Amino acid sequence: MIRAPSPVGAHPVRDHQAKRYARGRAQGALLQMLCLLLFTGLAFAQAIDPLPFKDHAQEVRFQSLTRELRCLVCQNENLADSNADLARDLRHEVFDLMQQGKSDEQIKQYLVDRYSDFVLYDPPVKASTMLLWFGPFLILLAGAAVVMVTVRRRGRAAVTVTNDKPTEEGDDW
Amino acid sequence: MTPELGQLALILALLLAFAQGVLPLIGAWSGSRALMSIARPAAAGQAVFVMLAFGLLTWAFLSFDFSVQYVADNSNLALPWYYRIAAVWGAHEGSLLLWIFILNLWTLALATLSRNLPEIFVARVLGVLGLVAVGFLAFIIFTSNPFARLLPMPPDGGDLNPVLQDPGMTFHPPVLYMGYVGFSVAFAFSIAALLGGELEQAWVRWARPWTNVAWGFLTAGIVAGSWWAYAELGWGGWWFWDPVENASFMPWLVGAALIHAQAVTEKRGGLRAWTILLSIFAFSLSLLGTFLVRSGVLTSVHAFASDPRRGLFILCFLAIVVGGSLLLYAMRAPKVAGGKPFAVVSRETAILIGNLMLTVAAAMVLLGTLFPLLGDALNLGKISVGPPYFGFLFTLLMLPIVLLLPFGPYLRWGKSDVPVLKKVMWRAGLAAVACAIVAAFASGGESKAIAGTAAAVWCCFGTLLYVFKRWREMPAGRRYPAEMAGMLLAHFGVGVFLAGVLLTNALSVERDVRVAPGESQSIGGYDFRFDGVHHTQGPNWQGDQGVVTVLRNGSTVAVMHPQKRTYTRGQVQTESAIDPGLFRDLYVALGEPMDASQPEGAWALRLYDKPFVRWIWAGGLFMMLGGFFAAADRRFRTKRVAVTTTAPAGALQESRA
Amino acid sequence: MSRLLPFFGFLLLVVLFGFGIWWNTQHDQREVPSPLINKPAPAFVLPKLDDPAQTVSRDALLGKPYLINVFASWCIACGEEHPVLMTQGKSIGVPVIGYNYKDASEDAKEWLSKHGNPYDMVIVDREGRTAIDFGVYGAPESFLVDGKGVIRYKRIGPLTPEVIEKELKPAIAALSKEAP
Repeated sequence: MIRAPSPVGAHPVRDHQAKRYARGRAQGALLQMLCLLLFTGLAFAQAIDPLPFKDHAQEVRFQSLTRELRCLVCQNENLADSNADLARDLRHEVFDLMQQGKSDEQIKQYLVDRYSDFVLYDPPVKASTMLLWFGPFLILLAGAAVVMVTVRRRGRAAVTVTNDKPTEEGDDW
Repeated sequence: MTPELGQLALILALLLAFAQGVLPLIGAWSGSRALMSIARPAAAGQAVFVMLAFGLLTWAFLSFDFSVQYVADNSNLALPWYYRIAAVWGAHEGSLLLWIFILNLWTLALATLSRNLPEIFVARVLGVLGLVAVGFLAFIIFTSNPFARLLPMPPDGGDLNPVLQDPGMTFHPPVLYMGYVGFSVAFAFSIAALLGGELEQAWVRWARPWTNVAWGFLTAGIVAGSWWAYAELGWGGWWFWDPVENASFMPWLVGAALIHAQAVTEKRGGLRAWTILLSIFAFSLSLLGTFLVRSGVLTSVHAFASDPRRGLFILCFLAIVVGGSLLLYAMRAPKVAGGKPFAVVSRETAILIGNLMLTVAAAMVLLGTLFPLLGDALNLGKISVGPPYFGFLFTLLMLPIVLLLPFGPYLRWGKSDVPVLKKVMWRAGLAAVACAIVAAFASGGESKAIAGTAAAVWCCFGTLLYVFKRWREMPAGRRYPAEMAGMLLAHFGVGVFLAGVLLTNALSVERDVRVAPGESQSIGGYDFRFDGVHHTQGPNWQGDQGVVTVLRNGSTVAVMHPQKRTYTRGQVQTESAIDPGLFRDLYVALGEPMDASQPEGAWALRLYDKPFVRWIWAGGLFMMLGGFFAAADRRFRTKRVAVTTTAPAGALQESRA
Repeated sequence: MSRLLPFFGFLLLVVLFGFGIWWNTQHDQREVPSPLINKPAPAFVLPKLDDPAQTVSRDALLGKPYLINVFASWCIACGEEHPVLMTQGKSIGVPVIGYNYKDASEDAKEWLSKHGNPYDMVIVDREGRTAIDFGVYGAPESFLVDGKGVIRYKRIGPLTPEVIEKELKPAIAALSKEAP
């Protein structure tokens, strides 16, 4: 029995020549939209996938782990929510690894070895992500310095406590 | 014929926008009243033609005019009329038309409600808005024409993306755009102030209500989007830190900082340059959001079809508008710090700290959103930045704000008395700890539940303390000026929001189960009995509908009907069933039959118990109300400038006698 | 001077975005670069399509480089790539092994007999388990494996004449230069 050909799991035709650009992009957009919905009428893999967990704690661990991983087919979704075939395969892979007693770190490393850091929604802290993880802290320090200077400078002039008479500026409360 | 009329209307609107943008600004600079007075009529004219174009596109949808490419792509004969209206803004070209339509609404409102403002200032403000309109209209006409024809006309169209066929989705873009676009008003005010050299010191007071209303709408828009994602899209998720969600959140954060900074500038004269800079940032982030969604620079669930030509156009527009404003800021912003002095313990300091955290948070979200792009540019490899990054850092950055929140109304301008604050700290702190202990027992030691309860009670009870204080101390009618009421509502909303987020996070239960008809599965104390699946249909879809009866302690709580729909063009969509509640939502999604050839047999279902999830949106709505109330304060209504006449007082008395 | 800081910061942002737009025209944004380049290929053992009793393993293929081409009968882009393989497959210079990915064998056989078989041999990965070890996330994909069993090049998406000339053949040539 022939299954109807589907772009699911297929890489869009990619060619830098302009005349095929639009079609490649259209297939990319199609893939995106299909990932948003469930796939057209075929027997598709579903994110709803009862697995034989040992207990609820294991189920919760599975859920939080798969939520931290990106689906590579539907790249806007995490592994827990994606309906793609590959997502189901990878979820089962994660499940098997959990049954084998692997830790979260080991499971993530297993996937990173095969699919690169891209699969992790929690960016690893390494040299290439220093700016990402410490940038906000640096900005905070710089801003805090400015605030401190401002507060100190403004505090130097005499300050009078405002009374409660209503003023035009509404600074009575 | 009518689609071409639409195109013509847009071209005329562009010409009028050009007139509105250029002439009054020249008039303001040269002092020509004639040129300045063009602003309002030009704005009115532009609005007429934009509304005409919008109306014509809507008509094309309602009358199934598939000779228009955009209509053919986004609707079909089976699409109900209400979704055909929503389809007007369902894709790129139409959403831009919505953008300019809403810009015109704001411009008209401004033109009407600014009669009491100095003419030269109004001319500048309307001029800036006109220039922004020129950019968008040019973008639409030259790269994104919604009226392009599709010939030969197909007998039937494509379809509106089924995830958009939902009331939440219908509501979300217009409200969100009201917020996004509304920040253009604050922006225009700031630019006008820079151009005019801030001669009119009261401009911040004029700007405040507009900014508060815009921020209120943006809050509502984000809440609507989050609620829609929960109901339609994300398997019970309500926020994903997706690039496009971030694109709406960054202006919100900066907007929140802005409304507080404006208070300081208006009331105490300080932070003048910072307020102007924040207005520019807020609108720039709105424009940036527009860019990100349509340029294809980032992958996102939300992204419209990407096209480098469009991306380049918006980028140029962005560069001119934002770059120009920032240059103007560098040249004309007040160089000397002004305003009344303030001590370390004062409301000014608290607002400064709040501004710092909100701005750093916005910067963090920007960094995280753009980092994958940076990674490509600097060859750092392909990195993903997702909820673990954003959620973690955002929580850290918001901590100081949560801690300071109850003190806000108690702090005085200039200098505050510490004993009053200490009392607040003890009372609110005690309440928070007491409730946290209760939460610890009730939730079995869930740390997020405890933290959420403590934070929520800290904020809400702290805010209520001030509500009671005003009630006791002030006579009726003077207790809660609208501006204060707005502040209290919004701050209360923060507490409600915190409760929702942390409690849902800590206490939600989710399970994938397989059930045969008649069998039950339970989560969270509820029993879900699966009563089979039968066929059902709607106006443009066919589907399977499951029946799930929910029982608690034997009595029926709800009967839920999760569906799986197949739409006219073959797309399949899960419609989850939600039983809403004040203190919990129950959520059921239909999966697949365990054996595809036996749909009367067992099925896979996903069951959720989500406590307090509605509080997330309730908190947001409180904040929105806060913004609207604050804008309504009588202080912000501009009075007609008193004309001094020489009519003798005696003559008046005589006439009365 | 500090007043110009926001302006310069914004300028950097514009440059970044301009780069982003340009980069998008050159690359497929969905492409995930493989972390397995210059790492040993997974030790696979897979049955042949025409004779499932026989298996092919990585170790059995050591000694000479070869190209693995991941394909499936349900994959539209594979259908676009196929004519290129038919005409240029032999000229590539190394054996081309078809890797049937998550496909029913009857469908694959029918597809090959209908369109032609450009492969020196075809192996089957029905469940896609081994493909995960290769880091496959869609079809078509192609892996160049050298004589020592190390993955040296990966192509995500269909092979086109341009890619074969500009990327694949130079990669193969580089292999022959270093092999003893």
